[in-house]
Amino acid sequence: MPIWFDENDYETVAAACERLIPRDEASGAPGATAAEVARYVDQLLGAFTFDPPRIWAGGPFSGRHGGDAGFENWIRLRPLDERAWRTRIEGSRGDPERERNGPVIGLQERYRSGLVALGRDFVSVDGTEQDRRLDAVAELKAMLYEHACEGMYGDPVYGGNAGGCGWAFIQFDGDMQPRGYTDAEVEEAGGAS
Amino acid sequence: MRADHDARVVIVGSGPGGATFADVVTAAGWDCIILDKGRNHLIDLQPPYALKGDYSNDELKFLYRHFLGPDPLLEPRTYRRSAEIDGERLYTGDVNNLPSTIGGGGVHADGKVPRFREIDFRLRSELGPIDGATIEDWPVTYGELEPYYSEVERVVGVAGVADGPRANPFAAWRSGPYPMPPGPDMHGAVLSAAAAERLGLHPYPAPTAANSEPYDGRPACNNCGFCGYYGCPIHAKGDPVAMLSHALHTGRCEIRPECYVTDVAVDPSGRRATGVRYLDPAGGMHEVTAEFVVLACGAFETPRLLLQCGLGNSSGLVGRNLMYHFQTLTVGGFPFRLHGHRGRAVTHLHDDHIVPDADDLAAAHRAGLPYFRGGIVEHGSAAGPILEAKTYLPGPLHNDSMRRSDLRDRLWVFTMQGEDLPQATNTIDLDPAVVDAWGRPAGRATYAPHDHEVVASAHIAKTLEAVMTEAGAQWTITTTSPPVGELTELDRKNPLGVAPASRHVMGTCRMGHDPATSVVNAESRFHDIDNLLCADSSVFVTSAGYGPTLTLAALSARAAHLLTGTPLPPTSPTPSSPS
Ligand SMILES: Cc1cc2nc3c(=O)[nH]c(=O)nc-3n(C[C@H](O)[C@H](O)[C@H](O)COP(=O)(O)OP(=O)(O)OC[C@H]3O[C@@H](n4cnc5c(N)ncnc54)[C@H](O)[C@@H]3O)c2cc1C
Ligand code: SF4
Repeated sequence: MPIWFDENDYETVAAACERLIPRDEASGAPGATAAEVARYVDQLLGAFTFDPPRIWAGGPFSGRHGGDAGFENWIRLRPLDERAWRTRIEGSRGDPERERNGPVIGLQERYRSGLVALGRDFVSVDGTEQDRRLDAVAELKAMLYEHACEGMYGDPVYGGNAGGCGWAFIQFDGDMQPRGYTDAEVEEAGGAS
Repeated sequence: MRADHDARVVIVGSGPGGATFADVVTAAGWDCIILDKGRNHLIDLQPPYALKGDYSNDELKFLYRHFLGPDPLLEPRTYRRSAEIDGERLYTGDVNNLPSTIGGGGVHADGKVPRFREIDFRLRSELGPIDGATIEDWPVTYGELEPYYSEVERVVGVAGVADGPRANPFAAWRSGPYPMPPGPDMHGAVLSAAAAERLGLHPYPAPTAANSEPYDGRPACNNCGFCGYYGCPIHAKGDPVAMLSHALHTGRCEIRPECYVTDVAVDPSGRRATGVRYLDPAGGMHEVTAEFVVLACGAFETPRLLLQCGLGNSSGLVGRNLMYHFQTLTVGGFPFRLHGHRGRAVTHLHDDHIVPDADDLAAAHRAGLPYFRGGIVEHGSAAGPILEAKTYLPGPLHNDSMRRSDLRDRLWVFTMQGEDLPQATNTIDLDPAVVDAWGRPAGRATYAPHDHEVVASAHIAKTLEAVMTEAGAQWTITTTSPPVGELTELDRKNPLGVAPASRHVMGTCRMGHDPATSVVNAESRFHDIDNLLCADSSVFVTSAGYGPTLTLAALSARAAHLLTGTPLPPTSPTPSSPS
């Protein structure tokens, strides 16, 4: 079950991101759908359905390279941080505290209106038509791509990069604490290709 | 503590400048309160003052989600090149933002901490004035600062090479060695340093405030690679956690996070500070009284605070002579992987462009300048994969681009922190309309480079590109921050953006002997208010071509030692150190 999107929106975001970062059997690229990029976006837009909100993962280690796993211990926001992040996600909604420098359109609203423009049938039309519709809403496409990149190569705790598949494809280790790299690994020549 | 004050010293800002001041005064037996508007993710404020575990190798949290603050939605800043070109502002958002958090910018700096050279304190006498710039000598000499440089290097724990073939031949004299040997050389830097040497330059291991061996109870750096822009998960970086931790352990230092200082309080004469007023996290107004007030808000926020309360500015120079480093970024694409994500982001520097040669002088003369000076060149790696991904176009090519990684794993970067001349027209002031979350006017930077920086950059870039090619790069491109010439669409999209990306901010309360032409005196005390001091890089007279942090910390240490009557004895060069 998605957190903030309805099923159709979730599938639309997944399909749209897949056009931006497609799966490719030949190279082994997982693509946005397999990396669950839509889940990343959904968790960002629905961050405040959790307590603490899923804005800042904890530290110091993920547990993947030793040490206790701490990333799931989401860090509490102070009231000011909550104001900033609610403004960013929900928009300023006429609240004077959020509108000191003018109204802010939130991510949720930008997605809502952008997805309407893509159409409820986006998932079922062919790739060429999907690309055409995406190109017609340049602002949404740019935002989707930003989020797709974050969901593809950000830490899995934020909802995307499922199982680290985004990192594996690009030969990036992700977080490395507390193992780190040995002096030899730092100094020596890297892998071939 | 004297009964009539809350503390002997109140310090605003817990970054390298404020932390150093607190360390010195508490060691001298004084007590202090540090106020910082940022959150505390660094150190428990109660005994036994354990170091916290909130930092992590997490690109989203540190680069995209403002974890260390300031969040530009809460604390916007504005930028314009000049009123004539841009009106009231060109851009609103992140302008030279340094973290607003306990530890300030020290937390996420990757900590290259070279010293300045002797000449940097005497530029006007040694090399002379340049039209349009306000070049002056400093009221402090290198020799006077040397003991404090040494002390700060010892406290922070700097890893570097002082002697022998790997040492920097241009370095100023030293009274002793570095506390630690340098850490491992990054592979890319091995290649670029060898190439630089073949072309007659003098690269050396960057003096770095990250432990190469266990030091002061903290572990050695393990080269995790999430260094510049990140807090260190294992606390191998010393600046400023070492100073804050020492100060807390004396039992004479109290740190109050999330306290936003709004005013310096003064007595009716207006010539003595009595303390500061601040808002607590719930918005309640408080006052802390102290015998001495120290501003260490960083060179952007210190003048902003002073302009808001209208203090210290009889010279009219508060906020003026704003300097950054003019950044020249030469990148090179390699046919093989450099794994720049392993190691401390930058492991080598070269200083050759700080010391102009005949060719540089000829180029300067052709441009109508008497001389120019560049800055340190950092040999370093590219950014993380999220930023890389956003640089490529979406669609079928994305995967190939990411897998090849021309813009990350095969990219090497020279960043020159070019000396930026002081100009009276480059300023921090108060934006007339944009406000922060507390309803107070945002700081506004008005900045355009002098020809000096632009000419130096264009000339030196040719050498940097030649070195990159010699190191094995198949292509090179050079950009600058801020961009020069007309702004293009590309400039606006460039991750560095249209505002100067430099995190080195200086000069906005310059020091000097004459109250008419400077804001603070040689002991970092305000001419107008004798018990008000400044302990950040606002006091710099010129910018030199070196990272500012060690020098601002040394000046802070000196001011605190002089204030507490505990000056360090003069030093002299060790026989082996270059002079
Ligand atoms: C990624 C990165 C890499 C860097 N690398 C280097 C490097 O290699 N070498 C180098 O020399 N420098 C480097 N720097 C710059 C370095 O971080 C700064 O020079 C240094 O932090 C400045 O120290 P400071 O104490 O003057 O101010 P800051 O570190 O900016 O600290 C100021 C503190 O004051 C607080 N404050 C401000 N206003 C108020 C107020 N009104 N009330 C309460 N608190 C307030 C802020 O919250 C902040 O915590 C780097 C910076 C960055 C961002
Ligand atoms: S590279 Fe070293 S100093 Fe930098 S964050 Fe990692 S462990 Fe800390």
